[in-house]
Amino acid sequence: MPVSLTSSRVIFDALKECDIRLVSALPETWLVHLIRMADEDPEMILVRLAKEEEGVGVSAGAHFAGVKSAMLMQNHGFLASVNGIVSFAHLYKIPLLMLISYRGSLGERDPWQTQGGNISEAILRALAIPYFCLDAPETVKKRIRQAQTLAESSLQPVALLLTRDLMWEEQ
Amino acid sequence: MLRIDCLRSIYPDLENCLVVTIMGAVAAELHSLGHRPNFFYLQHAMGLASSTGLGLALCLPEQKVIVFDGDGSLLMNLGGLSTMARYRPRNLVHVVFDNESLLSVGGFPTATSTGTDLEGVARASGIPRVATVRDVESFKSTLAGAMHGSELTTIIAKVEAKGPSGFVTDLSLLENRFQFRRHIQSLKRS
Repeated sequence: MPVSLTSSRVIFDALKECDIRLVSALPETWLVHLIRMADEDPEMILVRLAKEEEGVGVSAGAHFAGVKSAMLMQNHGFLASVNGIVSFAHLYKIPLLMLISYRGSLGERDPWQTQGGNISEAILRALAIPYFCLDAPETVKKRIRQAQTLAESSLQPVALLLTRDLMWEEQ
Repeated sequence: MLRIDCLRSIYPDLENCLVVTIMGAVAAELHSLGHRPNFFYLQHAMGLASSTGLGLALCLPEQKVIVFDGDGSLLMNLGGLSTMARYRPRNLVHVVFDNESLLSVGGFPTATSTGTDLEGVARASGIPRVATVRDVESFKSTLAGAMHGSELTTIIAKVEAKGPSGFVTDLSLLENRFQFRRHIQSLKRS
């Protein structure tokens, strides 16, 4: 499977360095290695969700408990989480670090992903969620640290879009 | 059975727990009995009170967590039951006040009024202990058993579709949220 193991490792190590101790996730192809790494790490609590919006509640609970968390989801999962983001994370000023696989953008072969790809950034902007596209492994560590710092200081959701260039190794 | 009578019957036992409620009548009635810093009222985001309780329970395994959910909220996040059952934290008690109604928006009947059985859904989702109660004495004893037990429990409390005249309290959402987190951090230091 051409999901980048190298980039997945860089992302996971960066999360660990930021003291992330809980990861919620709903599996999707690009996230497969990341979820496995979280599952195999005894220091990490992995919460496999039925629907991504649950992750907003789980991360809020973790925040109240003083545990730093991250959410792994596809951009369609982000779309499925919008009410939770608005009427919990925004309403109650809950920091969320959202790592969102950016399907449906340049290079996408699966027709069913393309509509979500068209509108993901527009929805993030409409929600006034700060976001950044991660496309180079060498910047991942710094950007994850910066995104978490902003989420914690502003008490709001911050998104990092995991792009094809970062997550997929063409064969 | 009235929800307020259920809450009143167990109010003293909530002192050493972390309590998460849904919005509307549940929040207003618990608040009316006397707010405490260990109560968090999720005044929107229907469905996510149980997910919040799950996050708390997984991160604070030594702390008892009680969620006061409702039929309308739970029906919006039935998948959350399967997530709770998957991790089945032993310190989480999930109470569902089922009045078969979306009371706070005008009393529209929910699917539990036409036969959806939340106890059955919870059991089939894999929640290890489930019960339905219909009187205050049973509510009190079942909740006490769950709080002192060591298995994830969902209790369906069938209550009348009656609630307070208003739902807004004098506690601001953010004040509640910051106080709740500070209370938990003070527990961790002590």
